[in-house]
Amino acid sequence: MLVSIRAVIGRDLRLAMRRQSDIIAALFFFIIVVSLFPLGVGPEADQLRRLAPGVLWVAALLATMLSLPRLFADDHRDGTLEQLALAPQPLALIVFGKVIAHWLVAGLPLVLLAPVLGIQFDLANDALAILALSLLIGTPALSGIGAIGAALTLGVRGGGVLLSLLVLPLYIPVLIFGAGAVDATLSGLGAQAHLSLLGALTLGGVFFAPWPTAAALRIALE
Amino acid sequence: MSERVINWFKYASPQTFYPLAGKLIPWFWALAAIFGLAGLTIGFLLAPTDEQQGEGYRIIFLHVPASWMSMFIYLVMAFWAGTGLAFNTRLSGMMASALAPTGALFAFLSLWTGALWGKPMWGTWWVWDARLTSELILLFLYIGFIALQAAIDDPRRADKAGAILALVGVVNVPIIYFSVKWWNTLHQGASVSLTKAPSMAAMMLWGMILCALGCWMYSIAVALMRVRTIMLERERHTDWVRSVLGEKE
Amino acid sequence: MHWNNVADFLAMGKHGPYVWGSVIVMALLMVAEPVLLRRGRKKLIARLKRQFRVERSETPADSRPMIVPTGRSNT
Repeated sequence: MLVSIRAVIGRDLRLAMRRQSDIIAALFFFIIVVSLFPLGVGPEADQLRRLAPGVLWVAALLATMLSLPRLFADDHRDGTLEQLALAPQPLALIVFGKVIAHWLVAGLPLVLLAPVLGIQFDLANDALAILALSLLIGTPALSGIGAIGAALTLGVRGGGVLLSLLVLPLYIPVLIFGAGAVDATLSGLGAQAHLSLLGALTLGGVFFAPWPTAAALRIALE
Repeated sequence: MSERVINWFKYASPQTFYPLAGKLIPWFWALAAIFGLAGLTIGFLLAPTDEQQGEGYRIIFLHVPASWMSMFIYLVMAFWAGTGLAFNTRLSGMMASALAPTGALFAFLSLWTGALWGKPMWGTWWVWDARLTSELILLFLYIGFIALQAAIDDPRRADKAGAILALVGVVNVPIIYFSVKWWNTLHQGASVSLTKAPSMAAMMLWGMILCALGCWMYSIAVALMRVRTIMLERERHTDWVRSVLGEKE
Repeated sequence: MHWNNVADFLAMGKHGPYVWGSVIVMALLMVAEPVLLRRGRKKLIARLKRQFRVERSETPADSRPMIVPTGRSNT
């Protein structure tokens, strides 16, 4: 079981490495969106500090969305997906592997980049650490939930926009607890509760989302 | 017992459900009119003034039923979606797609009447209260469902994809509600709590219940109308549609 | 009866515009929905009948491609 998950992850990572421009484009999207906000609302440090958690988290949601349409589309086009669906391993397991690969490619770079961008917003060190931690805990849920949307819109016209319409409302809890964790640190309350709830969301998202995703993929393949 | 099961599956086929729905629709319209008029009469003509909120509170006779309906319809929709996935019946998917626009309508009405209620009561059209925010997200979920179904040409696939989305949504609605509530208590954005109902006289309660029943009947009637159209559209290649339209050779 | 006269009823304390704004929009939409459904259904039936007529008059020898408007009207 572990072997097949690892095989899927390895394969998806190799494929992603061949299209590094996609990853880099999503990262720059993240950087640009975050950098636009100070230009929009003004450079007052107090205000920026208050906006930072929300801005960084919303930008992270949007950046994750960018790479979601590719999650299954390429495999669908060249017929790999059909073979995976016929494989002896449960499809949900393969989806699980793909979700992890997606997170490694789309989520993890955001985690590493966010503290740097947080400096632009005058965040203190402890807030920066919590920001990175909250993204580390929360972004896997984004990949997991997003996979459901990606599978549902597979091969559907207007897929990209539709995908964001379906997935963004479902991201709201992650956004609330993720940005809330940083917020709580800023106001000196401690982020423990937020981070625990975020962890629960991620566990739920990553371990339960592959099942509806697999079901949606089978429907798309019919 | 077995007789009931057979009956159930008999009416689960579009061919038999179509004329049945046609016969039921006028009855549901009549009930909707009776309940609605009775509820509005009590709410707008007979119920006393609320001592805290003045006459403006009468909006709740519209607002609360609309909010209830928007939530119930989502549950019913998800129920049909689930049955459709589990038993692969054609009717279930059609019922789910027939309910979605009506649910979205009530979610919108709930927001609209809520805003018009909020303005005189708290001096603002919108507060980021947990309930209002959840209702807004519910509207988004409806719109996602409708958009997904509209984007898929094959109706069978549209049904199934919509069903998965509706079920995922149903699991998520409580999580969203809880998280929004949590967020709300931390930020204390809304200084007024919607949860504190005005001291409700028995007459007000009856007015609200009757209005809600009227909305129920309305929803059933409209959903049946819509499902009949969907049936004709989807089953247009079958003999029963031809004979219904009087085109039997 | 709670109200003394029609003017009081329409004024709704000071909240007339809010109350009637809710009532009117809700009533309009709840009338519009079935009316639109009825119209959509009539259109669909007319289209299907036309289609059936075309199919019946069409002889097998006639291999001209027939353009029949079809489309989803799920709403």
